[in-house]
Amino acid sequence: MTIQWSVKRWIAGVAVALFGGAVQAAWDFTMREPATKLARDILDLHNLMMTIIVVVFVVVFGLLSYSMYAHRKSRGHQAASFHESTGVEVAWTVVPFVVLVGMMIPATKTVLAMRDSSQPDITVKATGSQWKWGYDYLKGQGEGIHYLSVLATPREQIDGGAPKGEHYLLEVDRPLVVPVGRKIRVLTTATDVIHSWAIPELAIKQDAIPGFVRDTSFRAEREGVFRGQCTELCGKDHGFMPVVVEVVSAEKYDKWVEDQQKLIAAAAGEAGKTWALDELKARGAKVYTANCVPCHQATGRGIPGAFPALDGSKVVLGPTAGQIGTVLNGRPGTAMAAFGKQLGDTDIAAVITYTRNTWSNKTGEAVQPAEIKAARAK
Amino acid sequence: MASTAHQPDRYFVPDPSSWPIFGSIALLLMTSGAVLWMNKLGSGAYVLLAGVAVLVLMLFGWFGSVIRESVGGRYNKRVDLSFRLGMGWFIFSEVMFFAAFFGALFYVRVLAVPDLATPDNQVLYPGFSGQWPSAGPGFKEMFTPMAAWGIPAINTLLLLSSGATVTWAHWGLLKDNRGQLKVGLALTILLGVLFISLQAYEYAHAYQELNLKLTTGIYGTTFFMLTGFHGLHVTLGAIMLIVILMRVLAGHFRSEHHFGFEAVAWYWHFVDVVWLCLFIFVYWL
Amino acid sequence: MEAAHAHESGTGHEHAHHRAGIMRWVTTTNHKDIGTMYLWFSFVMFMVGGVMALIVRAELFQPGLQYVQPEFFNQMITLHGLIMVFGAIMPAFVGFANWMIPLMIGAPDMAFARMNNWSFWLLPVAAILLIASMFVTGGAAGTGWTLYAPLSIQMGIGMDLTIFAVHILGMSSIMGSINIATTILNLRAPGMTLMKMPMFCWTWLITAFLLIATMPVLAGAVTMTLTDRHFGTSFFNAAGGGDPVLFQHIFWFFGHPEVYIIALPAFGVVSQVIPAYARKPLFGYASMVYATASIAIISFFVWAHHMYVVGMPVAGQIYFMYATVLIAVPTAVKVFNWVATMWRGALTFETPMLFCVGFLFLFTVGGFTGLILAMTAVDVQVQDTYYVVAHFHYVMVAGALFSAFGAVYFWIPKWTGHLYDERLGKLHFWLSFISFNVTFFPQHFLGLAGMPRRIPDYALQFADWNAVSSAGAFVFGFSQLLFLYVVLKTIRGGEKAEARPWDGAQGLEWTVPSPAPYHTFQEAPTLR
Ligand code: HEA
Ligand code: HEA
Ligand code: HEC
Ligand code: CUA
Ligand SMILES: [Cu+2]
Repeated sequence: MTIQWSVKRWIAGVAVALFGGAVQAAWDFTMREPATKLARDILDLHNLMMTIIVVVFVVVFGLLSYSMYAHRKSRGHQAASFHESTGVEVAWTVVPFVVLVGMMIPATKTVLAMRDSSQPDITVKATGSQWKWGYDYLKGQGEGIHYLSVLATPREQIDGGAPKGEHYLLEVDRPLVVPVGRKIRVLTTATDVIHSWAIPELAIKQDAIPGFVRDTSFRAEREGVFRGQCTELCGKDHGFMPVVVEVVSAEKYDKWVEDQQKLIAAAAGEAGKTWALDELKARGAKVYTANCVPCHQATGRGIPGAFPALDGSKVVLGPTAGQIGTVLNGRPGTAMAAFGKQLGDTDIAAVITYTRNTWSNKTGEAVQPAEIKAARAK
Repeated sequence: MASTAHQPDRYFVPDPSSWPIFGSIALLLMTSGAVLWMNKLGSGAYVLLAGVAVLVLMLFGWFGSVIRESVGGRYNKRVDLSFRLGMGWFIFSEVMFFAAFFGALFYVRVLAVPDLATPDNQVLYPGFSGQWPSAGPGFKEMFTPMAAWGIPAINTLLLLSSGATVTWAHWGLLKDNRGQLKVGLALTILLGVLFISLQAYEYAHAYQELNLKLTTGIYGTTFFMLTGFHGLHVTLGAIMLIVILMRVLAGHFRSEHHFGFEAVAWYWHFVDVVWLCLFIFVYWL
Repeated sequence: MEAAHAHESGTGHEHAHHRAGIMRWVTTTNHKDIGTMYLWFSFVMFMVGGVMALIVRAELFQPGLQYVQPEFFNQMITLHGLIMVFGAIMPAFVGFANWMIPLMIGAPDMAFARMNNWSFWLLPVAAILLIASMFVTGGAAGTGWTLYAPLSIQMGIGMDLTIFAVHILGMSSIMGSINIATTILNLRAPGMTLMKMPMFCWTWLITAFLLIATMPVLAGAVTMTLTDRHFGTSFFNAAGGGDPVLFQHIFWFFGHPEVYIIALPAFGVVSQVIPAYARKPLFGYASMVYATASIAIISFFVWAHHMYVVGMPVAGQIYFMYATVLIAVPTAVKVFNWVATMWRGALTFETPMLFCVGFLFLFTVGGFTGLILAMTAVDVQVQDTYYVVAHFHYVMVAGALFSAFGAVYFWIPKWTGHLYDERLGKLHFWLSFISFNVTFFPQHFLGLAGMPRRIPDYALQFADWNAVSSAGAFVFGFSQLLFLYVVLKTIRGGEKAEARPWDGAQGLEWTVPSPAPYHTFQEAPTLR
């Protein structure tokens, strides 16, 4: 972060603070461009409410401002002595009440529309984990597809070592892909703490509660990539847990589903295979970066006091069964999650092999997917 | 304010006192000790005990002053009314504390446990039925819930009669019938102690024979937390009753001036009512 | 209601009974000493919490991670929230209550003067625990001030310290409130009926009720967290049949009344100050009382408007929406009454009045954004975004904090016997008013555009407004040094204040000399 740049920002900030509107034309004032009917309704509702509120504000504070001008002692105004009036008091209890009742009618309609998630075309489960989303296509076209979606912004951009890209912090390796114009039902849940699956353009925000399934739905009206973020504080990397949905045409979606199914078939083919150490390590490095780095760090040293080091850890250097157990089942009551629910056998075998043969750890052992499978069966 | 003694019509304002700061030190020791102890660090338990010791010292000192002032006749009618109001508010706050735990019980019984068994939720917990009593979908062992009509029913009778005996003792005090007062109080204490002993027996039974523990899912959680906090209050109430009995033996109360006695009696009735709710919602229904 | 004659207590044979040096403050049972300690404690906590806010704002000045790591950032927002709410704002108003309520109702002291001392001296214990939590392994709780489970279950030792701090703060608040309620109910001078009390006493009586009703509930919530953490209970664990959302219900059952615990005494202050500078009695006294009571009662039935997106049934969402907007009605009554009090008065704008008029404008802005948040469907777009942050800083900073500043300027002549420097006071107001809006108004835009709260780093589209907001925050922060300076200057000297320095001020508190003698109203005053 060059000092120069931050000085410029400060000056810009102060300038805006002082001179108000002039520079603001390009700045965001309100919600993002809606991509569903619901989002549009909500924006309309918001605008209507704002109008009412601004009118009330102007009336009330117009009167007050007049009084502050006209009834000043310095202008020689003498204090009146009235101090109650039942009629007036009743009136200004009833009038706000009536205004509010008026406001509640459109508000109620929008809520009812928002909660209708019946008859979906596709049902997807979004599972929040620290700090990534897992997507399972449960019903409809694409059923059976399952993958994780993690932040794709490189670390250097965050630390200021590289210029920030256009979609800084709002990009993932694999977005949720859905077809345009179809009703998508999203079931949310979580494995560790509460997360929240949110996308402003689609007017979705649904908490993901560990152990419970909640639902929401949307029908996107246009194609495009819609970006949101986890909106419930979920620990250290809460700010680095984007939600990205790619809405594509029906044809593109067909193609995408086909590709995914090929990948699944390929993975199934690998099941019984015995892997070489280097193969596992290479694959494990990727799994480690996507899943373990936030806590145990790329250096394997962890964060003292919060996350233990894997480099030199007794568990990692000890018998394989111990580490397989830790990674598969996690450590209840700590941030260490049960990765058995998130990753496949091959990935777990790979990441374990990787941790046992990286940094100063040199066990030379390759853990095979078959061992993981066996451990799961227990 | 030494002058107050000569002017009983004035509201009593106590002199500067060191007891509060002892209380603060006690709490600092107790909490930091408890934190160390729970996290298995250093000698937390000793720090905790030291805190408790300071607290006990502070209670003796503080209530000692209160009793001296009371016996010294420095509390006029208005001070007495303040004490009544204060005790009333305090009991109200205790009611709200229990309300939080009862609220939790109702919430899990009516909402959370059935929700865990909805069709959508079967994705996570296939086959979970959502029937109360439940220890949750992750709890795989067997356990037996506590039955209402054994010890709990006896305990209900014990506490209800103790409510009666304490009132009877109060009547004795009002009539200046010392004998009735002492017997009534002693009986109340006896019933309270009996209640606590039966409760302890019931806990042992639950742990050893029913496989019902604090860690037995939400059933064990709510059962032990609710009855446990109640038991703690009964214990405190019994200790307070013992103090009152000792003060009675020392001749402290008069028929027209005995707020200390009444405060404890109110407290005892409050504990009684909590038990009735427990009996209905935790044991019976 | 005015005392027949200025009371002679404290001037003649009575002399101050207190020990010398530090032990005076440690052992005191005097409501004025204790009030003073509360106020200083509150200001120190305000600085601590404020510096934490500035750390947050510095990090958010531009995208990317510059100064702090994410886990430390989370600890900062948590401690900022907890310290500001429980350490700065609440003790400030308890301090005002201690100082002024006995003077206002003609009582010799608080009802339980010794317990009063303990209520105060519990606060430093809680503060020590909170501050210490930053230095243990794993650091302070990083859960946000709402302490949501199960994130709280994951936290380290810092969480346990926080839990006990909350317990102790709760004890302090409950004892303080019992004291205030009893004092108001039992120690009024003859002739001071409930419906003649100054409005500040009424708002505190109702606040005390709210505190006694809700602090134990919060204690229950954190106790459950503690047992879940260490003793294997399953309150918030779905596998054991519990529910993380249960914590939120219990927390907000406390938390929503809590925001009125912050707001009501502020309303009380405003109701004292505005009539004084309008030179006209408070308009609609009775309806003010009823409105305050209604706000308090309704506040128990709206808690789940903080939880619209946890997935409650649609009927619940609609019910909580209706109940929430209902609160606007009694609040409207209060706002209109204040406006009517000023209407056709003889207005002057000394610093306390400026802060209270500032309060009126900005609190209403915050109240209105509250209404927007209350619309379930709109809340789905802005829940847990900076829109919420903007909303509550409008009601808590421009609301409660501004009225606390107003209160200090209003009453400081009574406390110190000196008038404050009016020019500097006004400067403090204008600096605060402007920089406050620069800081928090843009946060509405950030929230609408979708910027989540509690994040240490953000996407590029949020950069501009964040820079403005941070710039404003630093100006606001430094402006408070001016306040400190004005207060210290007034304590050390300045123009002598009369018993009633404000010609429009009414009430018993203005009949005793300035500074108020150590003991006042040892004989109950007679009311005319
Ligand atoms: C002093 C504290 C205070 C006060 C007084 C209020 C007052 C109100 N609040 Fe606020 N609120 C907070 C502090 C406060 N709040 C805090 C701290 C949070 C966030 C907590 C967290 O998550 O960390 C929060 C969050 C919060 C939410 C949850 C947002 C979310 O997380 O998604 C909601 C939703 O309904 C809400 C609503 C309201 C409403 C309707 C009022 C009403 O009482 C406002 C009533 C006032 C007016 C309406 C203005 C005056 C009226 C008139 C001039 C009359 C005429 C008007 C009409 C008829 C339209 N608040
Ligand atoms: C009444 C309570 C109160 C008060 C007074 C404040 C005051 C301020 N708050 Fe706070 N705030 C909360 C209550 C309060 N806040 C709560 C409850 C939360 C939610 C926490 C959570 O999410 O869990 C929150 C969250 C919160 C956030 C959101 C964090 C996030 O979600 O990531 C931000 C960000 O801008 C913020 C900023 C500020 C600022 C700039 C001030 C300023 O007004 C502070 C100004 C004061 C000072 C700076 C101190 C005094 C100054 C000096 C003594 C001068 C000398 C010192 C220096 C200049 C260094 N606050
Ligand atoms: C959300 C944070 C987090 C993530 C992500 C995470 N861990 Fe952990 N891990 C922890 C914590 C916390 C512990 C310590 C648990 C304890 O205290 O018992 C831990 C402990 C471990 C241990 C035992 C170390 C020891 O010495 O006790 C191993 C092995 C381990 N993790 C491997 C992994 C692997 C492999 C991954 C990725 C697939 C991973 N972890 C991802 C938080 C995490
Ligand atoms: Cu996941 Cu925030
Ligand atoms: Cu609320």
